[in-house]
Amino acid sequence: MRTLAAILTLACLLPMSGQAAEYKQLVADKSSIHFGYKQMGVAMNGRFTRFSAELAVDPAQPAKARARIEIDLASIDTGSAEADQEVAGKLWFNTRTYPRASFVAHSIKPVGANRYEVAGTLSIKGRSAEIVAPASFSSQGALGAFDGSFSFKRSDFAIGEGPWAAFDAVANDIQVKFHLVTQAGK
Amino acid sequence: MTLHYTTTAKLLHWLMAVLLIGLLALGFYMHDLPLSPLKLKLYAWHKWAGVTAFLLCVLRLGWRFTHRPPALPAGMARALQMAAHAGHALLYALMLAIPLSGWLMSSAKGFQTVVFGVLPLPDLLGPNPALADTLQTLHFGLNLLLVAVIVAHLGAALKHHFVDRDDILRRMLPRLQKEPRS
Repeated sequence: MRTLAAILTLACLLPMSGQAAEYKQLVADKSSIHFGYKQMGVAMNGRFTRFSAELAVDPAQPAKARARIEIDLASIDTGSAEADQEVAGKLWFNTRTYPRASFVAHSIKPVGANRYEVAGTLSIKGRSAEIVAPASFSSQGALGAFDGSFSFKRSDFAIGEGPWAAFDAVANDIQVKFHLVTQAGK
Repeated sequence: MTLHYTTTAKLLHWLMAVLLIGLLALGFYMHDLPLSPLKLKLYAWHKWAGVTAFLLCVLRLGWRFTHRPPALPAGMARALQMAAHAGHALLYALMLAIPLSGWLMSSAKGFQTVVFGVLPLPDLLGPNPALADTLQTLHFGLNLLLVAVIVAHLGAALKHHFVDRDDILRRMLPRLQKEPRS
């Protein structure tokens, strides 16, 4: 029985053994952070163009991984200059007081081959909430890409106050999709 | 005796008159509003009403092609008859072109049109700010032309009624009880 358990454990670890590298450096121009929401029933999307990450992720040893992502909220691109200006303002992100949003992972659990469940703290506009994001890993040469998504409620972070606090024009649910390309480092 | 338009033609005419004037007023009003939930709602309603107007226009053209409208008065000058037909053709062209330009502009601006919030229209164009600006100018210009043609249409109807004293205006109005059915 003990042998079987050992074999099973080994079998689980084997697929990851080829990727025993620690990914530390974000390749910003190959990475993206997109978001989606509904406006008057219409699916809309946008992205952030400036973000940084402090990483130390070895896909073979997720328990030891560390990840902290910071987004420069003023870099939002909603596809409309008028909207970009609006959401930087006090009622939305209030970027003058809260220029950055952050996500700090505190647990990365493997849930399958190259698939993980990343739990962490999302902080926006001085408010924090715990989120869980499913993510997958794929490697290509020295580069490793982490892909995942999660959703949150904008009301939990007071994103859209005053006349925007109702969800009749802009829905409460926000979807975030990230594609973080990283480089293995020593 | 007045030769009336069919009840369906009258209904479509007046329904669209109300809808188009509402759409024009809303379009000119909402354009300069600062971004707000109300502005987003007005834009959505404007688009939904625009799609409705387009569909009504298609229906109306179908009716018009299968139901000959009453002829213009025989005494009307040939040039004026031609002008009347050209004016009506232009109105129909604008009633089709304006919602189409609005739909394309929406797509180019990156806002899909979802009729009544449930029926998504396909985006024939991808987001393209330069093209969106051109289409916005086109949508605006076509609407200015529409206002001019509507004013001419109204002026012509009133001239027929009060100057020429013919039945052109009356035949688009509800039938009066005293009039015999034609």
